[in-house]
Amino acid sequence: MQGYTRKVLTGAPLRRLVLPLLMASALTACDKPEATASASQPASDAPHSGGKLVVAIDTDPNCLDPQQVGNNNSLNIGRQMTDSLTDQDPATGKIVPWLATDWQISDDNRRFTFTLREGVTFSDGTAFNAQSVKDNLQAIVAMGARASLASTYLKGLTEIDTPDAQHVTIVFAQPNAQFLQATSTMSLGFFADKTVKTSADARCQGALVGTGPFVLSSFVHNQKVVLSRRTGYQWPSSLAKHQGDSYLDGIEYRVIPESGVRFGSLVSGQLDLNAGVTPQDEPLILAKKLPIIARSNPGLVYSLYPNQSMALMADPSVRQALNLAVDRAALQPILSRYQSPASSVLAKTTPLYQDLGSELKYDPQAAENLLQQDGWIAGPDGVRVKNGKRLSFTLTYWQSAPFIELVQQQFKKVGVDMQLEKAPIGQVIARQSSGTQEAEFYNLTRSDPDVLRTVFDAGPGGRNVNKRAANQVDTALQQSSQTLDNAKRQQLVTEAAKGLIADGDAIPLVELATVIATGNNVHGFRYDASSRFQLYDTWLAPKS
Amino acid sequence: MSDKAWISDNPIDKRTSSTPRLHWLAKRILMSVAVLWAAYTLTFVILYILPSDPVTIMLNQGEQSTVDIAQVNALKALYHLDQPFYIQYAWSLWDLLHGSLGKSIVSGDPVTRLVLQALPPTLLLAVCALLVAIVVGAGLAAGVSVLPAGRVKSACLALPSLGAALPTFWLGLLLLQAFSFSHAWFPAMGNQGWQSLVLPTLTLAVPTAATLAQVMSRSLAEVWRRPFIDALRLKGAGTAHLLWRHVLPNAAIPLLTLTGMIFGHLLAGAVVTETIFSREGLGRLAQGAVSTQDIPVVQGVVLTAAAVFVLVNFVVDLLYPLLDPRLGAVSGGKQ
Repeated sequence: MQGYTRKVLTGAPLRRLVLPLLMASALTACDKPEATASASQPASDAPHSGGKLVVAIDTDPNCLDPQQVGNNNSLNIGRQMTDSLTDQDPATGKIVPWLATDWQISDDNRRFTFTLREGVTFSDGTAFNAQSVKDNLQAIVAMGARASLASTYLKGLTEIDTPDAQHVTIVFAQPNAQFLQATSTMSLGFFADKTVKTSADARCQGALVGTGPFVLSSFVHNQKVVLSRRTGYQWPSSLAKHQGDSYLDGIEYRVIPESGVRFGSLVSGQLDLNAGVTPQDEPLILAKKLPIIARSNPGLVYSLYPNQSMALMADPSVRQALNLAVDRAALQPILSRYQSPASSVLAKTTPLYQDLGSELKYDPQAAENLLQQDGWIAGPDGVRVKNGKRLSFTLTYWQSAPFIELVQQQFKKVGVDMQLEKAPIGQVIARQSSGTQEAEFYNLTRSDPDVLRTVFDAGPGGRNVNKRAANQVDTALQQSSQTLDNAKRQQLVTEAAKGLIADGDAIPLVELATVIATGNNVHGFRYDASSRFQLYDTWLAPKS
Repeated sequence: MSDKAWISDNPIDKRTSSTPRLHWLAKRILMSVAVLWAAYTLTFVILYILPSDPVTIMLNQGEQSTVDIAQVNALKALYHLDQPFYIQYAWSLWDLLHGSLGKSIVSGDPVTRLVLQALPPTLLLAVCALLVAIVVGAGLAAGVSVLPAGRVKSACLALPSLGAALPTFWLGLLLLQAFSFSHAWFPAMGNQGWQSLVLPTLTLAVPTAATLAQVMSRSLAEVWRRPFIDALRLKGAGTAHLLWRHVLPNAAIPLLTLTGMIFGHLLAGAVVTETIFSREGLGRLAQGAVSTQDIPVVQGVVLTAAAVFVLVNFVVDLLYPLLDPRLGAVSGGKQ
């Protein structure tokens, strides 16, 4: 049954049907994709208030509480219902005021004191104040594993002081540089006392009274989530383009699993925004002259992470050879036009990103020399052999990432055999947690370079994706998490990224991008720094 | 005299009495309970033996594919997923006997609420599709049965095979392309209004109508060949009268048997149809729950679908005697 439903959901059937029809129209429509593919909205008249934005999402959000969930659909809904202490400028990565007008951070980066904006209320009329901040953060800690993202941001929280209604001091046991960026995420958004005292399950189902510009009207599983405008909203982020109520009367998120139906509904005007654009849809949407808005996801790029507790990957020559064997530029033709080959472990949109393309040079000859010197001799089938053991491993993955097959061929050229096995996500996770996979493959979205420490830290309590012994990289990662001095942090992050690449702890491959398509009537759509939706400034052109 | 007396094969004269009828009823109810329990248990076992578990899947939705093992274990303990198989099963069965289907692991919603919310739209869709299928399928078969033999008749007889061979998802997408995307006559998604029901009903009805037409055609052809038809013709009955009064009622009996089965197929077909048309319903609920391995929800859906299936077949069994009084006695001795 599982295999059957999955097959239905891939969206292949409709493409089979629509593709020929649209290819014909694409050919006659004198396609100029790059002209319409710009990430900015076309200039238009003054914003117009009113109308309901209909957004297609591909799966049921399951749980609407942004403090609890980790999936993009839920976060994109939760963002509209709640505000954060700070906001992060997507262009610069800078943290700017939102519900907090100002903040002080102690020299050791353990104490964060926020001055709160006055006059902010929850949609039930109760006031947002220092106590609300304290209650919400404590509730997140109490939810523990259920608040999977938010609770990691608050690791080491020791106390929260509320000297008065407008000031709150949050204290950590350890220096915690990532916390400031974390306060800009919806995972640390705020809800009224009523919500905080409710069960985690009820919150998932929509018992959410937030400060945001929209309030929840209804939630029907597998069907839709309806938000409506909150009147009297006066406290948008300092990045917002307007003040006061949202332009939109409401937002309706429709769950539409079939990609072809999302596409057809957008083209026929039954939808305003398709939040689940597949790479195969992109040329078709461009052929229809509809705007596509894309932004590279900040954080860790799609990479291979060798597991050094396995004999094969314990060998540094093998890991380094893998990095040398990848021809990243050659991946571009099979990527979506909005994705790009990796130029570091971090994506370009991550704050403190630095182009490490020079460390990621394609040099198959050097890879072969390295393996040869290490005793890996080409066997009869081209795969290298050392002491009777073949240079072969299996990668289990679930993502839709066709480029991995090209990487497989590139490895083959230097005598490395990577077997690919695509499996449902549950099986992949089960195998990964067994710890007997030679390599893992994933990306991780976070608009802070601390994402490196989250994944690679080999110190005590760290995730240590490579299962390696701690070295100077971990020292740099630890130090980078303790400083908010950008110049100093930049240096440490870059040092760590270089170290990870040089040692072959990460084989960076491709930067993921979030891609949406809208109708021509949609304006003012904005991605936040984490490439999630901010719809406060969004407006719909009146139907002519 | 009823025309049924003309049927000579295997006449049963035993009259229905209340004791065997009650006995039959009790037996049927016991059987139904056994079927439901088997469906429930089988679902549990299948979901249990799948690698991975709902918690890991839940925490890895989207591309946030890395989560602390400690977090996973804490949540597993919360949902008792760390218990051995038989303990989990015993708890789940204990809850069921106390009328609770438990809570969804992924959303925390009570399963009873999810199922009760999803059942009406699916039943509505299934009943509409069934009615359309019966009218179209039986109508086509009846119409074709009175055609004189020839090319037209052969062509019409081939239609059902074609209909049965059409993949549901393809048909649904074709209908969407024609009547929603190209001509905005019907909405492409949702449950609002009768308009949203038209395309899904057609999608679900076509293969069913085709199956019904195939069976009905065979059955009609067989009844037309029976001696009593010739006798009635000799008495001067016209084709239309024969068809309505004598042939159709006799040919409808196998159709009734099939209806019970077909209702099950319609519920299964709802998974694909509801997915394509983005409708709320049991099929969508099942699809989502299976892909997130949400055991309580899948069990709730399977149990509900099995209950509907059992109920429909039960009603069908009760209807037999109405169409053919002799079958009342047969059902008394059945199973």
